[in-house]
Amino acid sequence: MTTRDIVFVAVGAVTALSALLSVTTKHVVHAALWLLVSLGSLAGAYLVLGQELVGLVQLLVYVGAIVVLVLFALMLTRAPIGPHAEIDTPAWQRVAGAVLGAATTILLASLLLPLFFGARADLDTAESLTPQVAQAIFGTWVWPFELLSVLLLVALIGAFAVSRLVLTREEAPTVRVTTHPSALADATQPAGERP
Amino acid sequence: MSDLAPWLEVVLRAAAVLAAFLVLPLLVGQTEHKVMAHMQGRLGPMYAGGFHGWAQLVADGVKFVQKEDITPARADRWVFRLAPFVALIPYLVALAVIPLSPRVVGARVDASVVLVLAVIGVGVVGTLMAGWASANKYSLLGAMRAAAQLVSYELPMVLAVASVALAAGTLSVVGIAEAWTPWWLLWQAPGAVVFLVSALAELQRPPFDMPLADSEIVFGAFTEYTGLRFAFFLLAEYAGIVVLSLLFAVLFLGGWAGPFEGWFGWLWTLLKGFLVAVVVIWLRVSWPRMREDQLQRLAWVWLVPMALLQVAITAVGVVVFP
Repeated sequence: MTTRDIVFVAVGAVTALSALLSVTTKHVVHAALWLLVSLGSLAGAYLVLGQELVGLVQLLVYVGAIVVLVLFALMLTRAPIGPHAEIDTPAWQRVAGAVLGAATTILLASLLLPLFFGARADLDTAESLTPQVAQAIFGTWVWPFELLSVLLLVALIGAFAVSRLVLTREEAPTVRVTTHPSALADATQPAGERP
Repeated sequence: MSDLAPWLEVVLRAAAVLAAFLVLPLLVGQTEHKVMAHMQGRLGPMYAGGFHGWAQLVADGVKFVQKEDITPARADRWVFRLAPFVALIPYLVALAVIPLSPRVVGARVDASVVLVLAVIGVGVVGTLMAGWASANKYSLLGAMRAAAQLVSYELPMVLAVASVALAAGTLSVVGIAEAWTPWWLLWQAPGAVVFLVSALAELQRPPFDMPLADSEIVFGAFTEYTGLRFAFFLLAEYAGIVVLSLLFAVLFLGGWAGPFEGWFGWLWTLLKGFLVAVVVIWLRVSWPRMREDQLQRLAWVWLVPMALLQVAITAVGVVVFP
């Protein structure tokens, strides 16, 4: 067993343990923070395997995502400190969640484990793989990559359009009936330009 | 240093980075005291240590150590106590990969510019943890403002850095600084402006100190902190100034490029970084705080399009003048 093996096992254990904690904890913010630990140590696992760029991008992308997740967790729930019995999920939901999670795990494991079972990679002579990753994304896989970008862009514009359309429909009558000074000031501006 | 035992080299490098991490922020802090004071027609600290109050921040540090470390009764204990470290340690990691010259660098990492951006983003999680765990409405408001601000300003920052990485053809900070030519001062000027503004916003320094706004929400996410933990948040802010000033100097001002760069390269980088830090202080003295909607408007309406334009200009430059 080399040092690399030991480090990999340690990082993997941290990843798995924090992932487990993030779905079993009863605090929504703790769940997000454990998820951050889990995704961060997954980046560590990539680093141990010599995939520096993938690990760093994992960190860069998911930390920002977790911040947004915490923001939404705080805005959409009451996110109290300490356990609150009245907002706990009922037992049958937890059982259903566990069954669903286990089923997904078994499905993924039965698919992926045979696929990569005997695979070996030489990590000691591994060089920087950044150019290879770039070659693969912008050479071989450039069309799927571009298609995904267009999909994300469409989703973004769609979300924006939906929120704008709802806003203008709701605001139009309120501006006419109210006499509050701030509403009158708003009425002089086009509805679409409100921040 | 290659003739040393590997473990000894690692220890020495870590100690050197830690020393820089403890000294440089104090230097910036003292400069801030003095520069702000003189810009406002004051003298600033004059007594501690004798000569122009040079030991003022050391005295402040001693004061912070002596204060009681209070955790509010209704706070989420562990998250509250961990938050200052989550805010501070990313800057330590970032400082380790920022080179002062091609040979003076804490750790050689291949994609170091991605590493710096990734770990700087972790710092905001510390602010969010602090704000939520304090069980205080001002703290929570401050944390929400901080998170909203940092999420908005991270995008233009990453785009500005992507532009210089594209121009240099590498993701290594050392490689980018080596590819730098004086021509970049013009070519990468919009990117430099975008980077400086978003760096200020990432640091939550005035005019982007809405998350701390002492006249509205006491001290934002840090309201409930005392003693050393509060000092760690302050240290994180000044270490952030050091990291982002040095990064600006290395990416946009050529780092060690200058006369006698073989010998005094590290000095040039430090001087350029210090100059950027003085600009950061100067902006604090001369601009009023921006409102939340103005902040978001600046990020999305001005900085993101500017950064995208810069990336396009860089791409054209790279293709046309290879």
